Parts: sequence; C-alpha cells; structure tokens
Amino acid sequence: MGDVNKTRRKMIFRTLQGVTLAAVGGTFWAGFVHENAQAELVLRPPGARPEPDFLATCIRCGLCVEACPYDTLRLGAYGEPVPVGTPYFKPREVPCYLCEDIPCAVACPTDALDLVGLTDEDGELDVSKSRMGVAVVDYNNCIANRGLRCDACVRACPYIDDAIYIDTRRNPRTGKHAMLVPVVDADYCTGCGLCEYACVTEEPAIIVLPRDVALGKAGEHYELPPPKFTPEEPSDEI
Amino acid sequence: MRSRLRRLYHRYRFLVLRRVVQVGILFLFFAANAWGWTVLTGDLSSSRLFDRITLADPLAVLQLLLAGGAVAVEVLLGAAIVLVAYALLGRAFCSWVCPVNLITDAAEWTRNRLGFREPPLMYLNRKMRYIVLVMVLVLSFLLALPVFEFVSPISAAARGVAFGMGMGWALLLAIFLFDLFVVRHGYCGHICPLGAFYSLISRFRVVRVRHVKDNCTLCGACFAACPETHVLSLVGKHDGTVNNPECTNCFRCVEVCDDDALFVSLTGGWSE
Repeated sequence: MGDVNKTRRKMIFRTLQGVTLAAVGGTFWAGFVHENAQAELVLRPPGARPEPDFLATCIRCGLCVEACPYDTLRLGAYGEPVPVGTPYFKPREVPCYLCEDIPCAVACPTDALDLVGLTDEDGELDVSKSRMGVAVVDYNNCIANRGLRCDACVRACPYIDDAIYIDTRRNPRTGKHAMLVPVVDADYCTGCGLCEYACVTEEPAIIVLPRDVALGKAGEHYELPPPKFTPEEPSDEI
Repeated sequence: MRSRLRRLYHRYRFLVLRRVVQVGILFLFFAANAWGWTVLTGDLSSSRLFDRITLADPLAVLQLLLAGGAVAVEVLLGAAIVLVAYALLGRAFCSWVCPVNLITDAAEWTRNRLGFREPPLMYLNRKMRYIVLVMVLVLSFLLALPVFEFVSPISAAARGVAFGMGMGWALLLAIFLFDLFVVRHGYCGHICPLGAFYSLISRFRVVRVRHVKDNCTLCGACFAACPETHVLSLVGKHDGTVNNPECTNCFRCVEVCDDDALFVSLTGGWSE
C-alpha cells in the first residue's frame, strides 16, 4: 500500500517536473519566436505573401537569394532585425532590378513568393505587379524640393511617369523659378528601391517602406474613388 | 605497414566517409551561393539537386503546414522523398548530413582528449527530445509560425555556411559548450526534435547494425564510441540487429569493433 502511493507520488512529481520544464522552456521559446517575427521594416522579394502568411510559408531555404542575379536578396541572420532565415533586401545597398523573368519568385519551392499575383491576364509573368513596398519622399530633405535641379529618383524609376512623376511647382523662395518635385503614386510603385538607390542626398530623401507600414486605408464607406494623379502640364507662364 | 594501413582503413572508413558527406554537402551549399554552382542549391530546410529535384526537410514542412502556410506541392513532394529515404536509411541524417553532428562530435572528442569523466551538470532524460518535438508541433500551430526554424542550430549552421552566419555562431558555440561541460551527448542525444522526428519515422528502416554474439569479447569499444549507447543493449547478450530507432547508423561501433561482432546489414540479408 505504502509502496503504491510512493510510486504514484513519484510519477505525479515527475510529470509535474516535465510539465514545468516544458512550460518554462516553451514560454521563452515562444517569446523569442514571437519577438523575432515582429520585424516591421523588412522588404520582401517580388510576389511575397502578406507578412504573417509569408512567415508561415517560407521554408528559409535561400533559393530565391541564389536565383537573384544582382545579389540583391539576402537571408536574415541572427542579430539582424529580420525574422531569422527569411529573404529581404536593402535598396540603398542593392535595389531590386525587376527582372522580367522574376527568377527569385520562380525559384521559390513553397510559393511563399507567389507567382499568382505576378501573372497578367495572358498568363505571362509581369514584374510590374510586384508590390515589395512603396517609396516615400522626405520633402524636407529632397533637394528638388529646395529648388535644385535633381530628378535622379524619377529617372531611375522603371515606371517613370506612372510610379513617380515630376510635379512642377513655383519656387516660393525666388518667386520666378520652377521646382521639379518628385511625387510617388503608390498604385504603381513596386517598391524596387531603384529611386532610393539613386538618391543623391547623404541619407536618401526617398526610401522604400513596407506597404502596410507606409500606406493608410480610407475605409470601405468612402465611396469617392482615390484621385488619379496626372502630371501637370507645364504652363507657358514659367 | 600494409597491415597498419588496413587497420586505419578498417577503423575510420565510415567516419571519414561521413565527414566527407557532411562537409561536402556544406561545401556544395556554400559553392551554390558563392559561385553559382547548381549541384546542390538552397540549404538543409529545402534544396534543389542539379536544379531539378526539390528536396525538403519534412519536419520544416510539417511546421509550415501546422502554421497554416500555403505550402506548394513541389515542397511536399520534396519532403516526401526525404521522408522515404530516411525511413529506409534510419536516422542517418543525424550522423551523415547534419552539420551540428560535426560540432557535437568535436565536443565528444575534446571530452575524451581532456579525459572528462565528471558527472553531468544536470540530468536530462533521453526521451525529452520527444517532448520537445511535441512542443515544436503545438507551438507552430499556436503561433502560426514554424517555431523550430527560428531556433534550429541545424538550419543556423547550414544556412550560416551558405548565406552568412551573423550571430548564429553563438548558438553553435553554446551547443559545443553544452555538450562538453553540461551533458554528454546533450543536444543530439536529449534535446533535438529533428533527431526525435527521424527516430520516429525510421522504425521500419532497412539498414541496421547487426550483432554476432559469438564473436563478441565484451571489450566495450562499441559502447565507448556510440553516441546513443542504449541502442546497443543487445551487444554481448544475443545475436540480432540494433532495432532501437534512436540508432543514427553512424557505424562507429562497426569500425571500432576488432572482433567481427558488428556489421552493417540490410535487414535480413546482406551484411557488410
């Protein structure tokens, strides 16, 4: 009788020890994983699914990185502010050159980079459909907005006049000169970062941010469509 | 001289072959990213052989599935190939492919060279790895993230070699020190959920170590060499094959046996 109780007590105790170890270990583990997956300012390759879905689908193999002919893509390593093992790029170092055959997305074995969103109606790959991020201009530091003649970002854009265009404005400082200010249209911007790479200022005055970080959302109940930006025709007055 | 060479060959043939395979795979991964070789691209979580055959880590794929990832058929097939291969070969991944084996074997080698015979700093049950495996599956489901892939030293090592280590070396150093000073065979033999996973699927493996009791002199060399000593429970007791699936088929016992008491065998028939 006494022996039976001892065995049972021991078993219960051992079980509780195991459960405690698993609970404590699991908490730290889950905490690290959760924290590591939170990186918000990460730019993904073309065709990447929305971030939570991407993190649950990417197997962290690096085949996209190896497929990239420009060495744009890198895999996140420990110590970098990127979920570990996942592909990303930093446009200021190497932007995405938007290959027409999208080798990175084609190489993906899990469809974390999904070709569905990169295919047009005819079933052809169309890299202009990629939405890696959106370029955002810091007008305080954009030298074009100070009246200097710079259109580096606009010229660098593969979708010039759609994704980014020059808005001609009167220079209020001199009262008689034009300012050629770059304006991004998020509807067309792929987030390739060629503009950020080309920007001549010490720190880029145009940077690519993930779309869910940079873009707002008006809400379904606003029935007015968004304004269609069209570059203003320069008037004869200038 | 000749017999000495023969003895060296006999004693290290599998070990050398294993190191060649382990380092070779890492080298091919490195060469793929560094020089564009296409023999074996990717890393241990998923790779492509000759740009054609996709292979995938079945446990990684299982985590993605539990996390709710929209995993493509291609990688499911790749995982199936690997799964079937190790179901036949046994837990050979651990001793023939896994880069962490290089680290834990180095720890064991250091331990022996320094003559450590201290008791472990803490007690770990060898069954703990199965609990860790269950935790991998449960947490992957709960967090909707492949949780082992975030902390796996195996992925960290292979990925690190091919794509850059970052701070990953700290994790690998920690495992070396853990095996060296805390628990002998600590990581691979007690904690690793991937090893546990491969143990579970290799119950019906074809390749096994076979023991001939009559040749055994009970010298204990195999027990000293084996990283999963308990699988050798039949040695010196009765004829038969090592049936415990925690055996990694490293064949170290076969090569250290001087008495022809241990062989590599395909279940039932051919023996090495």
